[in-house]
Amino acid sequence: MSIEVRNLCKHFNGFKAVQDVSAKLETGSLTALLGPSGSGKSTLLRMIAGLEIPDSGEIHLTGREATYASAKERNVGFVFQHYALFKHMTVFENIAFGLRVRKQSEKEITDRVYELLSLIQLKGYEKRYPAQLSGGQRQRVAVARALAPRPEVLLLDEPFGALDAKVREELREWILKLHEETNVTTLFVTHDQQEAMEVASRILIMNNGRIEQDGTPIEIFDKPATHFIAQFVGETNFIDTEVSEKGLAVWGQFRFSVNPALPVKQKIRIYFRPNDVYMTAQFETLQVRAKIAKTRFKGTIIEYKLDIGEDKYISAQIPKGVALASGFKDGQDVYAAITAFHVFPLES
Amino acid sequence: MKETLIVTLQSQQIGEPARALTEPRWIRWALIVLALLFIGFFLFLPLAQVFTAALEKGAGYYFEAIREPAALSAIKLTLITAFFSVVFNSVFGLASAWAITKFRFPGKNLLITLIDLPFTVSPVVSGLIYVLLFGLQGLLGPWLREHDIHIIFALPGIVLATLFVTFPFVSRELIPLMQEQGSEEEEAAMVLGASGWQTFWRVTLPNIQWGLLYGVILCNARAMGEFGAVSVVSGHIRGLTNTLPLHVEILYNEYNFTAAFAVASLLTFLALLTLLAKALVGSKYAQERVVLPTTLESDLL
Amino acid sequence: MNRFKNTGVLPGFGLTMGFTLFYLGLIVLIPLAALILKSSTLTWTQFVQEVTHPRVMASYKLTFGASLIGALVNSIFGAVLAWVLVRYEFPGKRLVDAFVDLPFALPTAVAGITLTALYAPNGWIGSRLEPLGIKVAYTPLGITVALIFIGLPFVVRTLQPVLESLDPEYEKAAVSLGAGRWYTVTRVVLPTLLPAWITGFSLAFARAVGEYGSVVFIAGNMPMKTEITPLLIITKLEQYDYAGATSIGVVMLAISFVLLLTINWLQSRAGLHRIH
Repeated sequence: MSIEVRNLCKHFNGFKAVQDVSAKLETGSLTALLGPSGSGKSTLLRMIAGLEIPDSGEIHLTGREATYASAKERNVGFVFQHYALFKHMTVFENIAFGLRVRKQSEKEITDRVYELLSLIQLKGYEKRYPAQLSGGQRQRVAVARALAPRPEVLLLDEPFGALDAKVREELREWILKLHEETNVTTLFVTHDQQEAMEVASRILIMNNGRIEQDGTPIEIFDKPATHFIAQFVGETNFIDTEVSEKGLAVWGQFRFSVNPALPVKQKIRIYFRPNDVYMTAQFETLQVRAKIAKTRFKGTIIEYKLDIGEDKYISAQIPKGVALASGFKDGQDVYAAITAFHVFPLES
Repeated sequence: MKETLIVTLQSQQIGEPARALTEPRWIRWALIVLALLFIGFFLFLPLAQVFTAALEKGAGYYFEAIREPAALSAIKLTLITAFFSVVFNSVFGLASAWAITKFRFPGKNLLITLIDLPFTVSPVVSGLIYVLLFGLQGLLGPWLREHDIHIIFALPGIVLATLFVTFPFVSRELIPLMQEQGSEEEEAAMVLGASGWQTFWRVTLPNIQWGLLYGVILCNARAMGEFGAVSVVSGHIRGLTNTLPLHVEILYNEYNFTAAFAVASLLTFLALLTLLAKALVGSKYAQERVVLPTTLESDLL
Repeated sequence: MNRFKNTGVLPGFGLTMGFTLFYLGLIVLIPLAALILKSSTLTWTQFVQEVTHPRVMASYKLTFGASLIGALVNSIFGAVLAWVLVRYEFPGKRLVDAFVDLPFALPTAVAGITLTALYAPNGWIGSRLEPLGIKVAYTPLGITVALIFIGLPFVVRTLQPVLESLDPEYEKAAVSLGAGRWYTVTRVVLPTLLPAWITGFSLAFARAVGEYGSVVFIAGNMPMKTEITPLLIITKLEQYDYAGATSIGVVMLAISFVLLLTINWLQSRAGLHRIH
C-alpha cells in the first residue's frame, strides 16, 4: 500500500506541529522520518495512523482517501515508543488481539501467533506477561502484535528510543531483516540520525513542522538542503565568513569557490565535515599550513584540532590506522585541505 | 573535622545505620508510645465501648434488638440505598473518568472541581437541597403532589441524598489512576481494530479493576453510614424511612441504649470489614498505579 | 466521525461526556441551584438578617472554632502518627495503619453515640474526668473531641505518601555537612512536608465544619452555647423556617466551595493528586 500525504497541517492550541507537509511513499518502501524533538514527526505519523485528525490536507492510502477514516479502517500497524503492550494479557493474547477483534477462528489465530513468535524469535514466551520481559523483548512483541492482522503499512514511533545502545543496534538489524522478509511498507520516526541512515532507504527530514529534505541517506549526508540539515546530520564544523569577490570566499588561508550568483559581501556559512579534511604531514596540493593544537581519541577515529593561524581553528578526523601510520603529534606542522563543503547564505 | 565525621559514618554503616540519620532511641520509642496512646484513646476505646455496651444485657437481648422488625427494615433500606448508590456512582465514575482522561477539551479542571464539590458540602446541606427541590414547599413540590409522587420522606429521596453525598467517590479514584496510565494501550487497541466497547472491556477495565473496587468500597461504606443528609430527607418514619444509622438515633433518643449499641455494632462490623477490604485491595491498587517501567537492560536476542 | 478535531480519536466521547454532564446536572447542579434559587426569594436585607442573627453567629463561632482546634490537634498528632508509621517498625504497625481509617469508615451516628457514651459523666472517660472538674459531654470540649475523631485520618493519609517518597539523600547530605538530627529534621525534612501538611489540615478542617452526625449527640445542642451550624439548619427546617434554613445553607455552601478551591490549589502546589 502506498502512502500519500498532501498539504497536511496540524496545530495544538496555537502551536503549529505540522505545517503544509506533502510526501509520497511507495509500496514496500522503508522510510525514516528524522528530526529533533518537536519537529512534528510523531504527529505526522499519528495522523497517517488515524490517531490524530489533521486540520487540513489529505491522506491517501493506496489511492483511497483516508483523511478522516478511523484507525480501524486504515489497516495499518502501529508500534509505540513505550510498547503499549496490554499489561494484563499474555504475550500470546497481545499478539492475538488484532485477530480476535476480527473474529477469526481459534485455529487461524493460533497458527498466526506461532508464526509471528518464530519471526520475532520468542517461541516459548507465549504465556509470559509483559512485566516479565525485557525492553527489547517487549518491543518485538509489539511489532508482532502490529503485524498480526497483516496490515499493509507498518508505522513505528521512535521504536527503539527507550532501549539502551546495544539493544538498539540489534533491533535495527532485526527490523531491516524483517522488512526484507515481509515487504510491508514501513515508515518509522526517529531522532537518531545514525538509525535513520542505517535502516532506511529514504529519509524525510523534518524540522519545525516542515519537511526540509527528502532523499536517500547519501543525498542527505552529502548534499544537505538547509542550514539545519547540514548541522543536524553527521558531525559538522562551520565557518562564518562573507563573499569576498564573485565566486570566491576567503577564511584564513582557505579559499572556497562559491556560487557566483551570491552577491559580494553576502554573509555566508560554510559547513564541512571533519572527515572531509585532507590532512598530510608533507605538502601535497592546494593545502594550507596548520599546526596540531590538540588530539582527541574517539575510538576508531582520531580528531585533531588544527590551528590555521589568525586565531582560527578547524577540526579534522582521521581513521585511527591512517593517523597512527602518519605519526601525527601535538604541535606538529601539517597541511590540510577541505575537500567537501556546503555553502548557505546567512540572513542578516 | 569533616573527614573524621565521614569516616565515622562509614564505619557505623556497616553495623547500625549512622546515628545521625535517625532519632535517638528514646525519642523513637517516645514517639511510638505517644502515637499508640493517641490511637488507643481515640480509636480503640470507642470500638471497645460499642461492643461492651451492645452486649450489656446479654447475647439474647442483642440478637433480639437486631431481629426486631423495625431494625430489619432499616437494614433492608440501608442495603437498597447502598446498592443504588454504588451502582449509579460507579457507572458515573467510569463514564466521567473516560471522558476526562481520554480526551482533550477545555474546562476540564472546572468539571473535576464540580464533581468533587459534594465531597466538601456538609451532609445537612446535601439533604437540604433535595428538600428545597422536592419537598412540599420545594420548587417541584406542588407538581409532585399533583401526581402523587413521593420523593422526600420516601425511598427515592433517601437514595438521591445518598447519591449526592457519595457522588465523587469512584470518580476520585479513577481519574488520577487513568490519567497516570495514559491512553497508549487504548490507542493500540483502536489501531488493531477494536471498537470502543471492546477496548473498554478488554484493555481499560482490567487495568483499573482494583482502583474501581477501592472506590466502590469507599462509596459503599459512606452510603451505608450516611446520617446527616438522610436525616434531613427521611422523615424518620419508623419501619419505613429509617436507614440503620437513623434507627440507631431513634433507639438512642428513646434511651434504649443497649439496643442502640446493638444496632450500631452491625454498622461497626461493616466499618471493620471496610478497613479490611481497603487494606487488601489497597496494595493491589497501588501496584496498578505503577506504570510499566521501560527497562534499559540489554537482553539476549 | 470526530467533528471536534482536537478532542481525540478514541471513541465514546459523546456518550460518556453526555452522561457525565447529565448525571452531574441531575444529582448535583440542579439541587444546588434549587438552594440558590430559593434563597433568592429573600431580599438582601432579609438574607443578611438571617445569617447574622446572634444565634447563628454563635453557631458559626462554635463550629469554626472547634473545627480549627480539632484540625490543629490532628495536625500535630497526625504528623507524629505518619512519621511513626513510615519510619519506624513496631509490633502491630500494620494493624495501626489500617485502623487510622476507622473514623472515615465508621458511620457518623455510631461515632456520635459512642463518643457521647464515653465522655458522659457516667462514661468510662467522663467518670474519670468529672472529679477533676472537667466536663466533656454536652460542652464545646466534647464537640472538639468529636471533631478530632473524625478528622484524624486526613492529616495522616496526606502526609504518609509524601514521607514515603522523601529521598533519604537530603538527610544524608545534611548529616555529612555536620548537621545534628534535630536540625536536620526541623530545617530539612519538615519544610518539605509543609504543603502536604497544610493540605491535610485543610481537609480535616473542611470535614469538621460540615460535620453533623458525630457531633450532634455529644453537643448538648443548647442554642447560643453548644449548637453547631448544621444542627441549626435542621432545627429551622423542622420549624418550617425555610428562609432561615436556606440562608444558612447558602453560607455553608459558599464556605464549602471556597474550601474546595483552596484545597485543590494546595494539593496542586504540594504536587499531590486528589486524595480521599
